[in-house]
Amino acid sequence: MDLGLIAAAGVATGTVLLFAAIGEIFAERAGVMNLGVEGMMLMGAVAGFSVTGATGNPWIGVMAAMLVGGLFGLLHGIVTIHLRADQVVSGLALTFLGTGLARVLGEGLTNTNVERLPAFTIPVLANLPIVGPIAFQNQSILVYVGFLLVPLTWFWIARTRPGLHLRAVGESPAAADVQGIGVYRLRLVYVVFGGILAGLAGATITLAVAPGWFGDQTVNSKGWIAIGLVIFARWSPIWAAFGAYLFAAISPFILALQGVPTILGVENPFLPGRSATFFLEMLPYLFVVGVVILGSRSAARRRIGAPAALGLPYVRGERGL
Amino acid sequence: MRIHLEPRTTTPRWLSPLATLGAVAVALVISGAVIGLVGGDPVRSYLHIVEASFGSIGVLSDTLVKATPLILTGLACALAFRMRLWNIGAEGQFLLGAWGASAVVLFPLVPSGTPAIILIPLMMLAGMLAGGLWGLIPGALRALLGVNEIIVTLMFNYVALFWVQFWVFGPWSEGGFQQTHPFPPQAWLPRLTDFSSVVPGFAGLTVHAGLLFGLVAAGLLWLFLERSRFGYEIRLIGDSPRAAEYAGINIKRRLIIVFAISGALAGLAGMSEVNGAVHRLQDHISPGYGFTAVIVAYLAKFRPGRVIVAAILFGALILAGREIQPSGVPVMIQGIILFTLIVGDVLVRYRIRITRGGPAPAGPLTPATGSSIGPAPRPEARG
Repeated sequence: MDLGLIAAAGVATGTVLLFAAIGEIFAERAGVMNLGVEGMMLMGAVAGFSVTGATGNPWIGVMAAMLVGGLFGLLHGIVTIHLRADQVVSGLALTFLGTGLARVLGEGLTNTNVERLPAFTIPVLANLPIVGPIAFQNQSILVYVGFLLVPLTWFWIARTRPGLHLRAVGESPAAADVQGIGVYRLRLVYVVFGGILAGLAGATITLAVAPGWFGDQTVNSKGWIAIGLVIFARWSPIWAAFGAYLFAAISPFILALQGVPTILGVENPFLPGRSATFFLEMLPYLFVVGVVILGSRSAARRRIGAPAALGLPYVRGERGL
Repeated sequence: MRIHLEPRTTTPRWLSPLATLGAVAVALVISGAVIGLVGGDPVRSYLHIVEASFGSIGVLSDTLVKATPLILTGLACALAFRMRLWNIGAEGQFLLGAWGASAVVLFPLVPSGTPAIILIPLMMLAGMLAGGLWGLIPGALRALLGVNEIIVTLMFNYVALFWVQFWVFGPWSEGGFQQTHPFPPQAWLPRLTDFSSVVPGFAGLTVHAGLLFGLVAAGLLWLFLERSRFGYEIRLIGDSPRAAEYAGINIKRRLIIVFAISGALAGLAGMSEVNGAVHRLQDHISPGYGFTAVIVAYLAKFRPGRVIVAAILFGALILAGREIQPSGVPVMIQGIILFTLIVGDVLVRYRIRITRGGPAPAGPLTPATGSSIGPAPRPEARG
């Protein structure tokens, strides 16, 4: 079992979760929960894949994926922010819609190949011990974009004036409104941006880390996992990155574990074809439950929780936050 | 031009049903447009759905077979949603219910040859227990640790799926196939076709007693929600948690109980499916009943009686949708219906006023409670 290879694979697929989780962090920090991540990612995945197939240029595909994700975010934003619909129901509707529509649009795309985004090695950094081969060797360009996005997101939210406004509309929209911050407009902007990142996450799957279209199995619940990671990360992009890479390393670890004939001298019960393998398959999902419990507990202990106005529509002049 | 939403002070009785019907109609038009865009024929697709699900007594019976698990899982969701608990885990609770019922005859927990009169209630109980437990865990996590129930119930769906796969591929596998041995006939729920010797017209009709479970459960749930103190408290918590707290209602305890009942209903759906329709446990026993249940509950406005109607409509969609190409169409229609329902809801709750420029109209409730679509007016005082 090569732990370095497992970690490198984790960094690659973790980028998918990272984009989706950071997108959700932006939306939720603005006070809008979007449970439609899975649907937006599927739409991004199919849009990126099919547009790349049609144009031959994966960059146009990425743009299309981000555009489609943004449009889905816009739909959710208008329905929840302006029409004050329930964010949970609208998000679920978005997931149904995205899943169904992606399957309809993706009909006939299975078993086709398209151009991928470039992957390359970063010269000096790749020579670093341990980290170099894991993070900087022959990774997709989007993986490196992910590395840059984490500190940028942190800086934007924690250290800039627009970031302060973002937190204000999520924590105390009425106070923000009094300060002259356009609550509706800002919320909409961040929900759309969250959608754009979710679309990018989908394209990251089909154009970079696991190329191809496999129906709704393409995203395979990664959107839901990203939402779980946001809770685990307590709405911090840095913790989200940590969670995303760690979580993504579980699947290659399981694959590697299934390839070992014996564990500690006894026959491996998890060999492919053995029914005990199904317990291994549960692990990622139980892991998400575990980290969400951990996140909730530490949030309760340290009194940092969800943005105070998360899930609540803002209505000027009405009693509320 | 600005669009204002004003809460309605009075809502005409006809408005809500009209909005629901309108929402479904608009959704079908939008879905039809998408089907047309990808090269399908929407009119033929819809005619096919109606024909293949309501066209004859035989297919109507098949539709009701599909509607049965949707009624029970729809009730499970409706109950939880009524309290604003987002149980998205009916799928997993359905699977656990199917597993629990199967365990009674496959472990086996009772001697073979146990008569139906004992065996079937036992399997119902086992299914409801297993499903209820699978609902209780996320409920308890939410109540005691404040853990988001949406994520936990969703993840539990996958865990339940692999749990069932372990048993049907492993210990209970029939000769290595992904299914168990068939249940003994006394574990089968009676079907209409079983009475064809008495009523010849029943021959071939596979509607089974699970439908009765669904109808009875809907009646009981209606009594529970509308006529019992506990039900009243649940509705109060759903409408106004703060008021419920002031009234001294123990919200946490209600939350755990509601989650357990919700899980038990979905578990009963799983039991009814394996005992009534499949007669064995196998992989892929659910084409996503637990997810469609979310939309069924929402379409029914969380009312038990309307859940039955909505479940039959979606049962038809699932039944006929299997042959529709592209295969994603039924799921897409479900998503679009949910969206148009949400927007329809807005029309019921709010009066929409369109004004041209100028300040907000001086209605009795604006601008205090009106919000606006479009650029929000800037407040005078800016910091």
